[in-house]
Amino acid sequence: MSKTRGLTAKEIVRDIRSKEMSAEERVASIFERIHKVEDEVHAFVTLLEDEALEKAREIDEKVLKGKTLGKLAGVPIAVKDVICTKGIRTTCSSHMLESFIPPYDATVIERIKREDAVIIGKTNMDEFAMGSTTETSYFGPTHNPWDLSRVPGGSSGGSGAAIAADETVLAFGSDTGGSIRCPASYCSTVGIKPTYGLVSRFGLIAYANSLEQIGPMAKNVYDCALLLSLIAGYDFRDSTSVRMPLRDYTSSLKNNVEGFKIGVPKEFFGEGTSEAVRKLVWKAIHKLQELGGTYEETSLPSLEYALPTYYIIAMSEASSNLARYDGLRYGYRIDRDEADWSTVYSKNRRIGFGAEVRRRVILGTYALSAGYYNKYYLKALKIRTLIRRDFEAAFQKFDVVVGPTMPIPPFKIGEKIEDPLALYMCDIDTVPVNLAGLPAISIPCGFTEGLPIGMQIMAPPFHEDVMLRVAYTFERNTSCKDRKPPLK
Amino acid sequence: MKKRRISKKEVEHIAWLARIELSEEEKDLFSKQFDDILRFFEKIDEVDTERVPPTYHVLDLVNVYREDEVSPSLPIEETLKSAPKRERRFLKAPRIV
Amino acid sequence: MAMPKVKIGLEIHCQLTSLKSKLFCRCSSDYRGKDPNSLVCPVCFGVPGALPVLNRRAVECAVMTALALNAKISDRMFFFRKNYYYPDMPKNFQISQYDRAGGVPLAVDGYLHMEVDGKQKKIRISRVHLEEDPGRLIHLGPIDQSPYTLVDYNRAGITLLEIVTEPDLDSPKEARILLQRLRSMLEHLEVFDGSLEGAMRCDANISLAGGTRVEVKNISSFKEVERALTFEIIRQKDLLEKGLAVERETRHWDETRRITITLRTKEEEHDYRYFPEPDLVPIVITEDLIREVKARMPELPEARMQRFTATYGLPRYDSGVLVGDKALADFFERCVKLYNKPKEISNWMMSDLLRYLHENDLELSESKITPEHLVEMIKLIDEGVISGKIAKQVLPEIVVTGRRPWQIVELKGLMKIASREVLEKTVDKVFSKNPKAVEDALIDEKAVHFLVGQVMKETKGKADPELANQVIRERLQSIKQKGSPR
Repeated sequence: MSKTRGLTAKEIVRDIRSKEMSAEERVASIFERIHKVEDEVHAFVTLLEDEALEKAREIDEKVLKGKTLGKLAGVPIAVKDVICTKGIRTTCSSHMLESFIPPYDATVIERIKREDAVIIGKTNMDEFAMGSTTETSYFGPTHNPWDLSRVPGGSSGGSGAAIAADETVLAFGSDTGGSIRCPASYCSTVGIKPTYGLVSRFGLIAYANSLEQIGPMAKNVYDCALLLSLIAGYDFRDSTSVRMPLRDYTSSLKNNVEGFKIGVPKEFFGEGTSEAVRKLVWKAIHKLQELGGTYEETSLPSLEYALPTYYIIAMSEASSNLARYDGLRYGYRIDRDEADWSTVYSKNRRIGFGAEVRRRVILGTYALSAGYYNKYYLKALKIRTLIRRDFEAAFQKFDVVVGPTMPIPPFKIGEKIEDPLALYMCDIDTVPVNLAGLPAISIPCGFTEGLPIGMQIMAPPFHEDVMLRVAYTFERNTSCKDRKPPLK
Repeated sequence: MKKRRISKKEVEHIAWLARIELSEEEKDLFSKQFDDILRFFEKIDEVDTERVPPTYHVLDLVNVYREDEVSPSLPIEETLKSAPKRERRFLKAPRIV
Repeated sequence: MAMPKVKIGLEIHCQLTSLKSKLFCRCSSDYRGKDPNSLVCPVCFGVPGALPVLNRRAVECAVMTALALNAKISDRMFFFRKNYYYPDMPKNFQISQYDRAGGVPLAVDGYLHMEVDGKQKKIRISRVHLEEDPGRLIHLGPIDQSPYTLVDYNRAGITLLEIVTEPDLDSPKEARILLQRLRSMLEHLEVFDGSLEGAMRCDANISLAGGTRVEVKNISSFKEVERALTFEIIRQKDLLEKGLAVERETRHWDETRRITITLRTKEEEHDYRYFPEPDLVPIVITEDLIREVKARMPELPEARMQRFTATYGLPRYDSGVLVGDKALADFFERCVKLYNKPKEISNWMMSDLLRYLHENDLELSESKITPEHLVEMIKLIDEGVISGKIAKQVLPEIVVTGRRPWQIVELKGLMKIASREVLEKTVDKVFSKNPKAVEDALIDEKAVHFLVGQVMKETKGKADPELANQVIRERLQSIKQKGSPR
């Protein structure tokens, strides 16, 4: 069904308003696509075909009656299963929340519903967002549409794969240490981690609350910018949400980077970076130079410590954020209750949580415990200050900072899962952004042996417009987005 | 054999602190993995942070409040719908001791 | 063994009951008597993804309290997470404040004066901070025998002000006095209503003769604090006398069985792994805010007490008793506004009214007496309608029924008998019943009193004693003159 493939959000909105196609047709064809490839890709945890068609019909009614349509009218959107959707199960790809049905919608969900988007399903992820490959999901891994034997990245792997496989047009991900950018890179899509505080976290099931943001994922920069515009902005329910004037990020998409100063920190090309990645990302940087920007190599020395700093902070916060899963008010609860509270609770968490989650919660507990708090957690917070300072200094000189999103191309499923530390190393290029609270975007910049490589563009806080412009210019002048994965 | 940073006994202790039960095999496995991970954490010891203040929040926000106003609470059916074990309108937990 | 030196410190949790909503969410804070789990929302129920937002008025009330406690208010305070697992904790961490590891509570280093056996004593307050209340657990029987636990989260998220004292208290009695003093102050600040069940709870730290410190938790009122600590002193004394060690532990006060018990929780319980709450931002307490709060501060008990003494001429002790319970002090002032007889009003309140309330374990707010009632009753005495003695009967009636004094007097026919005619008849009756006394009365003053008493008895207390006295003396005089009794 060629109606489905390749259409962007921008085009769908236009076509539905002009009655070129109906929302119901649109949504029906998306589900046709899903039924065709989902067995192989496994991007979704929950599919909402009936609800989506119902919503699509409502939109068609509105069109018929000439009522005002939302800015995403008829656009299918997939939601990472870490974001609460009222009345629809939200599992975090965990046994612990397998049948959890939130009694409320996350703020971002409220906002897109208002804009008449059509939620088609909840996507697969690493359990509780802890991972970079979507392999720790209780429901089994998601497969990369570019090579089904490989990982799609994580933790928003389901969202990334769904976009690449044309199972959705827009998607939500969440990014704590790279969880949007990594799957965007591995699935050759666009993904944005917004500035910390730009998008409300109300309804985002917490993994590490001082680091994470919900962000948009899409096939191209425009669609991402559109979705970002509709979810950004102050929310009184989130005390860490910033009051900023609402912006339309699509208006900053100009095909021009004349005079833009681009910083390239050498720490992003460390020894773990593969040749293919190095080559392709440098090619992209040179392209930007061709297009009118100037680049300069630089150094952000504190980045060398970013990875352990990130993991200490993330695991510590996670150990506290996940304490609530005791099976009392919701979630998994073992049947037999004969022991005392503490013992039952411990057994419950053993069964409800997978190994990676248990590892991180235990280590996080350790890092915060008496005698270790100063050595680990507090020290990490201090290094965080150094990293912020390094970026601040860089942005005095540069408009944006770039580097690879991932140090290596997508690898085989099962290749690294037995070695947690090896997996952690994959986040080396993405975590500094979360530590500094900066915005960053990953865009496709090439392929190596058919496998996608992504470039990361970072900007100063609340300067999404700058990074979007650079990304858009690159995209308009290259052809990565036109390539399709070898799926049926 | 190199001295483990974190013995199996310590793993048991912090697993208890975290209230997560572990099997014997897991204790062994985690003890080894934690060893690697903690060594990786200890890289941060190299940095001099003597005069560096910690970052508690990346934003400079202060004084975020709400007014002392009441909104309706969740309807009780919603609240209890997801509760795995209940007795009348209470949630049921195991005994304390 | 003589009474060993006792050191007691209290950790007092006061609900800021004047707030309408909870500390971090908009659920109503009026949870008493509501159906279980009917006043919760995703935030206070610990649903994943929900976030806390701070109640501004809570900060204002807390600052006001800290000012009244003469504490040093931090110019920037943070919230911290206190991590521990318990079924009454919806998130299995409590959002609270801490004074180490970079944490800054609302206020530190304050003090409070209280009167013990006529002497002033200063109790140091080490810190004041805000935190959220957990839910409530219901056990079947005592906590260590209950087969399971029922949980109600209506109370979860209610604003608590934690006030921690240094171990400056020397006895269970002093602990009770401190709590009463604190209650009076908080009520005067209008942040708290102490008559609400569970509004003030405390934990105590107690050590004997410089020995191990034991923590006693779950103390719910002034009476309980005295009981719990008295029990604990005896328990520890017992151990020491037997040559056994007092273990450093946390004990739970069981109100029903009136004992403290160990809950056999492990040592690790006390590692709360405090770290700053990432979902809340720091609070800067500006000079402006403090000024604003100071300007709005109601009259504090000490100041009020001085004013009572100065303006109404009340003895210091009386002022102290009245001000010790804000409801009493308010009642008193309303009475005085209606009828400017402060001394009389105060006397009636301090003696008969308070006595009745204490004997029947009633708060003033639970009784039916109003200032209008008391004033009317006193007026009836002043106008000679009833005697003071009769009034003593009327007062309890008012407290219980809420009827107007005049109604009670009429219904029960308690009017003072001030009619000469009636009294003369009564005196004659009494004289005829008591000839010997009459004879004695002619020479002995004491017998006259006896006769007056008999007249009061005959009239069931209603006779005007002065007039009765007068009539009796007149009669006696006339007998003397006539030379023989009739």
